[in-house]
This record gives sequence, C-alpha cells and structure tokens, in this order.
Amino acid sequence: MPDSQDTISSPRPASAGATIAGAAAGTDSPAVEFRDIDIAYGKFVAVRDFSLSIRKGSFVTLLGPSGCGKTTILRSIAGLVDISGGQIMIDGRRVDDVPIYKRNIGLVFQSYALFPHKNVFDNVAFGLKYRNVPKPEIVRRVGKALEMVRLPGTEKKLPSQLSGGQQQRIALARAIVFEPQVLLLDEPLSALDANMREEMRVEIKKIQKETGITAIFVTHDQEEALSMSDRIVVMNAGRVEQIGTPQEVYETPATAFVADFLGKANMLAGTVSRSSGPTAVTLAAGQTVNVVAPKPLAQGGKVTVVVRPQKLSVGAAGANRLSGRVVSASYLGGSAIYEIDIGGGMTIRANTPISGRVFREGEAIEVGFDPEGCVLLDEGGQRIS
Amino acid sequence: MKTRRREEGRWAWRLTGFITVCVYIFMFAPIVATVILSFNASMFGGFPMTGFSLQWYYKLMANDAVLAAFRTSLWIALVTAMVTTAVGVVTAFALVRFDFPGKQALSTLVILPALVPETILGVGLLVLIKSIDQPRTMLLLVLGHILLAVPYVVLITQARMAGIRRVYEEAALSLGASRFSSFREITLPLLVPAVVGGALLAFTISFDNTSASLFWRPAGVETMPTQILSMLKISISPEINALGTVMILVTVGIPLVGGLILQSLTRLKRRGQPTEEAR
Repeated sequence: MPDSQDTISSPRPASAGATIAGAAAGTDSPAVEFRDIDIAYGKFVAVRDFSLSIRKGSFVTLLGPSGCGKTTILRSIAGLVDISGGQIMIDGRRVDDVPIYKRNIGLVFQSYALFPHKNVFDNVAFGLKYRNVPKPEIVRRVGKALEMVRLPGTEKKLPSQLSGGQQQRIALARAIVFEPQVLLLDEPLSALDANMREEMRVEIKKIQKETGITAIFVTHDQEEALSMSDRIVVMNAGRVEQIGTPQEVYETPATAFVADFLGKANMLAGTVSRSSGPTAVTLAAGQTVNVVAPKPLAQGGKVTVVVRPQKLSVGAAGANRLSGRVVSASYLGGSAIYEIDIGGGMTIRANTPISGRVFREGEAIEVGFDPEGCVLLDEGGQRIS
Repeated sequence: MKTRRREEGRWAWRLTGFITVCVYIFMFAPIVATVILSFNASMFGGFPMTGFSLQWYYKLMANDAVLAAFRTSLWIALVTAMVTTAVGVVTAFALVRFDFPGKQALSTLVILPALVPETILGVGLLVLIKSIDQPRTMLLLVLGHILLAVPYVVLITQARMAGIRRVYEEAALSLGASRFSSFREITLPLLVPAVVGGALLAFTISFDNTSASLFWRPAGVETMPTQILSMLKISISPEINALGTVMILVTVGIPLVGGLILQSLTRLKRRGQPTEEAR
C-alpha cells in the first residue's frame, strides 16, 4: 500500500493548509499530524508553515543540517517547545495545551539522560510508576523491555556502570516500556562511536518493527536517514525541502539543497541547447549532454543537471560523455572516487567500481552517464517535473 | 648557564616553601594556642603551661550562662540552616531554570548581603525595626542570621544546579512525572550534596556570628560569641580557652562529620557492583 499519508503543503511557494490529504484513506487518524506549525523564539523563526502527517507504525526521519529546525519540531511534539501557530494532533487529539507529562510520548535523547542516581530497573520503571501500574506488572514489563534491548539482568546496575551503547539501549527501553503513542528519537546515535552506531541503527529499527510503534527520528546523518526510514523529511532553515521515501529523496531530489545535502551530487549548470527530440543541455564547461526532460523546455533556458557520483562510470558505458583530467583519486578497494576537472572551472565527482586500472592524478579520463540517470533543476533550484 | 637556572629554581622553591609554612603557622597558631591553653592548670589564660588539667571544662559545664548561650546558639543555627536551605534551593532553582525579566538583577541582589559589611547590615536591620516601632525579638535575630546565610547557600546550590543537565528533568516529564514530581524525584536527589553543604555552611555562619548578633539580640539573650565577648570584658579567664575549643569542635566538627557521612553514603551506593566501566 502506498504511503500516501505523509503529505506536505508544497514547500515553496507556501500554499499553507492546502493538503492534509490521504488521512481520509484510512478510518483511523494519523499518529501525529502537524497543521501549519510556526515556532518562533522571540524574533527568530525556527520553523515556518510546517505541515506533515505521519501514518501509524511508520518510521519517519527529520533530516537536515544543524539549526534547520528538526529538533525544534521533535521537541514540539513532546511539549518541550511551545508552538506559536498551527496545531499538533497526536492520534487525532489536539495537544497544544496538553502538558508534556500527559502526552504519553517516549523520548530518547542524544545524551541518554538516564537518571544517574537510579539503577536500571528504577530508570526503566519510571514511566510505569507514574501510570499506576501494579508492582508485579512493572517487574514483568521492565524485564521484558530489557530483554528486548538485549540487556537482561542489568536491573541493579547504575547508569555509570554501563557503556554508552548500553546506556542508550536502556534509555530506549525506558522510552518504550509504557507503550507510548509515539517514540521520539533526538539524534540518539550521535554520541556513540562509529561501530556502536551501526549496531544501534539496526537495533532501533528492529525494535520499532517488532513493537509497531510510530517513530520520529531526528538526525543530520544522511546514511542513518536513508537506511532506517520509511519516509524522510529533508529540512533546511526551518522549512521542508522534500518529503519522500529514502529512494525518492536520493534519486529524485526536489531541490538543489536536497541534491547537495544527500550525497553531494554533481550540479552541472548549463543552458538548454535543444528542446525537442532528446533534450540537450550545453554545460558551462562547453560540453553538451543529452537529458530526459519531464516536459518540453524552452531553448536557451538555464538549468542545472544533477548527477550522482555513483551514476558516473569510467569507460564506455553511458550515452553521455564528459572528458576531463583527474584532479584527485581516492582508491577505496572495490571502488574509486575521482575528482575530475571538466573545464570551465567545473569539477565533478565520480564514484565508480574499479574495472581494469585505477587512474592517477593528472591523467585524462572520460566518464559517462545515462540521460535517465539525472535530474533537472530550474533556475530557482527546484526540480523540473 | 644551565646550572645557574637550576640554582635559581631551587631558591624559588625554597622561598615558596618558606612562605607557605609561614602562612600556615599564621593561620593555625592561634587555634592551636587556644586548644592547648584550655588544658592549662594555671589560673592565668596564657603561657607558660603549668600542668594538664580539665578544670576549665568542668567550670564551663557548671556555668549556667554559658550553657544557656550554647543552647540559644545551637537552635538559632539549626533553624537558620533549615530555613536558609529551603529558601536557597528554591531561589537557585528559579535562577537557573527559569528565564524572567530582571533575573540578572535578582541574582546579583541575592548575594548582596554577603558583600555589604555586616555592621552596616546589623545597624540597618535595627534601624528598620526601630522605625516601625517593633521590639528586638528572637525572631528578629533568627531572621537576621538567615539574611546573612542565604547568599552563600544560593551560591553553592546555584553552582550545583547549573551542573544538573536539564534533560534529566525533561526525561522525567516525558515519562509522566509532573513538574513537582520530577523536581522531587530527580532534581532534588541530584542536588543533595549542595543541600547538605549549604545547610552546614549556614549552620556555621549562624553559630559563629558575632557583630550582627550584638545588634540584633533581644535584651538578656546571649549567643555563644556574644557570651565570650562579655566574659572577656571581665577577665581573660582560661575558661574562655575551653569555650573556644568547644566552639572550634562544633563549627569544624559538624561540617567534617557531615562531609564524611555524605561520602560514605555515595560509596555505599556504589558497592556491590565492581564492574565500573568508563564511558
């Protein structure tokens, strides 16, 4: 079933409140719904016109650079930040005036935030205690939650006796043990070292699937976002740039920002030199490439051709050819990354599997890509569709 | 060249060591002298020692005025410690956790009593009381001591409070604890070292206070320091040395014991789980 509920009022120009579509598709309401949220700190507007509807049981990631407003949005769901306009609904209930401790939300922090003076059991049991769960039931559920995060038998330990990864798993157990309506994860992997991060990524995703809980995940790491999410909301400067599945945002970036932020795509500026037949673009560097345009383009119009480094291959493959000189080459074993000067002050990156020899700095090189493998942006940086 | 520099270094070290020793002697000689002389058998409160005796302590025990003053000081200090700690914790919490207009001014004002000379405060409170035609009562004396101790307790608690990260409270709130519950269950326990430290400091400030107490005490009431002062007016009796030693014991001993209890409490909690794993 297509994930049609995650919709957005088109980012720019804002037509506020245009779409809260899809909600009618199911009988039950979305887990979390934002309607034209504005959040301001004094004069500084952190989030503007944010609308989003999150389907129950899905894993949605807010992705963007620091300061883009993603954490602010997460905190507004929890009630830790007041919204200055719009509405937030959790499970169809408006929560603007509901204090945080009555919202029934699981929250996982970047810094774990385990209570340092309470042992693991008391930490995990904390939420159950405030929900008047009887003691034997608390013991049972805490035990179950600890098993789920693969740390059974650690009830008596203090947080200071656990490693960072273990602490974060306890924090996860604490956040899900009382079966909250939404699980909010605020950069939960950023404080961990690289190996632990990958392990936790898999773990969090697995637990989310098992419990069927709705999860909202905040990160600035594109790899985390791509590997874990059902949907990604790419944000920049308080606005939504694109919403889509990992594949959609990666393969067909809606804006120049998304193309650059996710995987540093090559952005080749040029002008449309042939508008019919196969559309052709003459790059500023002087070379002409064929592209697939979703609609006829005016001749002489300025466009940007976006090509992922992975779509550029060395050698014969690809209908389009770009020749240049290798500026730098990084050998990665199975593949190599080349920075290639294609003239006119333009440098492109190619990430290509190694077939045959590895090129060296200063050598002439020819890379190719398919016309289907690129996306066209207009002068304003928006995808032409 | 090299040896000369080493030579200079050695002299610098010796000088530093000498000055340090001098400072310590200067600081502790009076205390040591008082304690030693309190055991002197001589009638006169000075050196040389003529023999070891506990007679001045016995005399002290029999002195009703001294015992009354001791009791007065003790309960004033206890009340001061309790009230000041409560006020200090609440003030520090407000100053650290909330943003409100005039916060900066308030946080400066709260430590002002610690900066204003005590004599001025003493006279000031007295003048105020006189101007509204109120008698000097015990309540006034206690309130005065609280006024003197609050700044220090606020400073201590504020420093600790700033070190307690807000995420702990946010986590507690998100788990369903009300603001009050999260303060009681999370913030306050983490604040305990500052609370205990502040209470002990408030106790000693009150127990030791002389000049302000002279202004504020009701007629006929003596605290320990004012009692010593009035005894000194008559003669320098060795009894005063004994009294001084008792004062030292109380004001040094209580914080020391308090600190030790606190330390053993935290150690007890840690015991039994030897797998200390560094983050």
